[in-house]
Amino acid sequence: MNSSTWNTKLLSSLALALILAACKSTPMVDKPAAVEDRSPAAASAAKPAEAAPAAVAETAAVKEVVIDGNAGANGNNPLKDPNNILSKRQVYFDYDSDAVKAEYRPLIEAHAKYLLANRNAKVIVQGNTDERGSREYNLSLGQRRSVAVKKSLNLLGVQDGQIETVSFGEEKATAACADESCAKQNRRADIVYENE
Amino acid sequence: MLIPILRIVLLLVSLCLSGLAHSALEIEISGGGAQQLPIAIVPFAQSQPGSDNLSSIIQADLKRSGLFRLLETAGVTSRPSDISQIKYAEWVALQAQAMAVGKVEALPGNRYNISFQLVDVLKQTQLASVQYNVSANQLRGTAHKIADVIYQKLTGESGLFSSRIAYVAKLNGRYALRVADVDGENAVTMVSSKEPIISPTWSPDGSKMAYVSFEKKKPIIYIQTLSGQRTILANFKGNNSAPAWSPDGSKLAIVLTYGANSQLYTINADGSNLQPLTKSSAIDTEPTWSPDGQWIYFSSDRGGRPQIYKVAASGGDVQRVTFEGTFNLSPRVSPDGKFLAMVRNDGGKYRLALQELASGQVQMLSEGAQDESPSFAPNGRVLLYATRSGDKGALAAVSSDGSVRQRLNESGGDIREPAWGPLIK
Repeated sequence: MNSSTWNTKLLSSLALALILAACKSTPMVDKPAAVEDRSPAAASAAKPAEAAPAAVAETAAVKEVVIDGNAGANGNNPLKDPNNILSKRQVYFDYDSDAVKAEYRPLIEAHAKYLLANRNAKVIVQGNTDERGSREYNLSLGQRRSVAVKKSLNLLGVQDGQIETVSFGEEKATAACADESCAKQNRRADIVYENE
Repeated sequence: MLIPILRIVLLLVSLCLSGLAHSALEIEISGGGAQQLPIAIVPFAQSQPGSDNLSSIIQADLKRSGLFRLLETAGVTSRPSDISQIKYAEWVALQAQAMAVGKVEALPGNRYNISFQLVDVLKQTQLASVQYNVSANQLRGTAHKIADVIYQKLTGESGLFSSRIAYVAKLNGRYALRVADVDGENAVTMVSSKEPIISPTWSPDGSKMAYVSFEKKKPIIYIQTLSGQRTILANFKGNNSAPAWSPDGSKLAIVLTYGANSQLYTINADGSNLQPLTKSSAIDTEPTWSPDGQWIYFSSDRGGRPQIYKVAASGGDVQRVTFEGTFNLSPRVSPDGKFLAMVRNDGGKYRLALQELASGQVQMLSEGAQDESPSFAPNGRVLLYATRSGDKGALAAVSSDGSVRQRLNESGGDIREPAWGPLIK
């Protein structure tokens, strides 16, 4: 691959990622929090204290990214091609387990291969759990799931610099799952490419 | 064995300052102590009629504890406001064992003078006499203080009504950390966000809270004073969560991942001096301090399933504390240091359990399927926890002997992550 091809590819995949981010309400484009206390001292909280930049977010709103519709014309982004395994991003786990099951080996191998071929690409692995147990324990369990996926990628040669692991615990679980088929959808790690 | 002696519903409109308006915290009580002390709270004499409702606040507090039987005083002709005016025969006939009398005098400058006496009806002796000079916005708090004096004199234990609770409310896709009086009144929002807020915890002096916010797409620990000053305590690589204040308020135990498994650390309350506390390849999380500051209890799956362990606050060897139950999570040590509350997976249901630390004996305290987040009242007598009501989160409280239960619902809201604050001095 020569460098001009690479740049075009990167730009188009970036543009596509932005479109997708704008279309679905992923947490990546969410508006940060604001302190709402209206006591007299609240005014100071709304000032941009160095330690708490989030407190000013209500006034400094996140800029909406307006994407040109034509930018999505690129149909050959392997990450988005439904026929390409790279479009598969979910790794599901058993209850209270962080073992990456054998069935996800092809998926992880494909992403490792992509990351090795595209050294500027970065992924965030987001761990999630179902609602059972405590919120803090589930946060740790979700983290473990994201780390398990990271380690699988590490074993295939991907460096930590290309992977960030985070956990949402049970906070992004489908509310009040009544049955196992629903709950198991929450026990997963999502591989998200930077800027998606 | 629970006997539904009391069953009242108080609709308490909270003064909410956020977008989560029109919510009310509703408190429902069931059960009651085996021996409820009959007590008469005589409506306080008022120099300005209708200027206060102190005696009804005091009555509601005492009733919620489940330890008192509040006697109806409307049929008694006399209305003493001082011990010298009590005609004891009338109150003996009502079967009162104790009674409270008092008066509220309006003073210039929107201030009030409140005097109150607690009387042993059978012995015809004074048990307590207190005077307060307060401003109008302190009347409600003064009623809670009087309820605490009555509670303390008649049970021998310190009170709990002059305290606040915090919880997270989820409504219309937003999360709000709210603080309310223990009777659900005066609810105010400290912070709200589109992203989750979890694990609020009070500083020991009750002046601020530490909590975890996901507003930056990852868990970060913040400290916020009740007056609205907000700082980041911990924003290290990976997750930052599970803050727990040391009893002296100088530092916190926290959980960090640094891109690997959750481990315990301690950090000064100003964010300096980060020290690792545990080093394992397991999940170590949910730290909580013993009241003497010597130990940190935590949950860990180092033995396979999550159980409760403890480690000296200065570090060192880890000791296992729980051995029964498939899972044990969310440890909390009682204020007297004698009991450990936790969430136990009991046949697939998550319920509150209370373990006596000396004997290891365990009592199950709650009856739900998804009960979480136990939090002790400042006197250790009641535990507040999160439960489910239909598909919504609700709060519940249970006395530490399991005899009295309360449910707290916010109409239309989904509330969770309760934290009971210290007594307000």
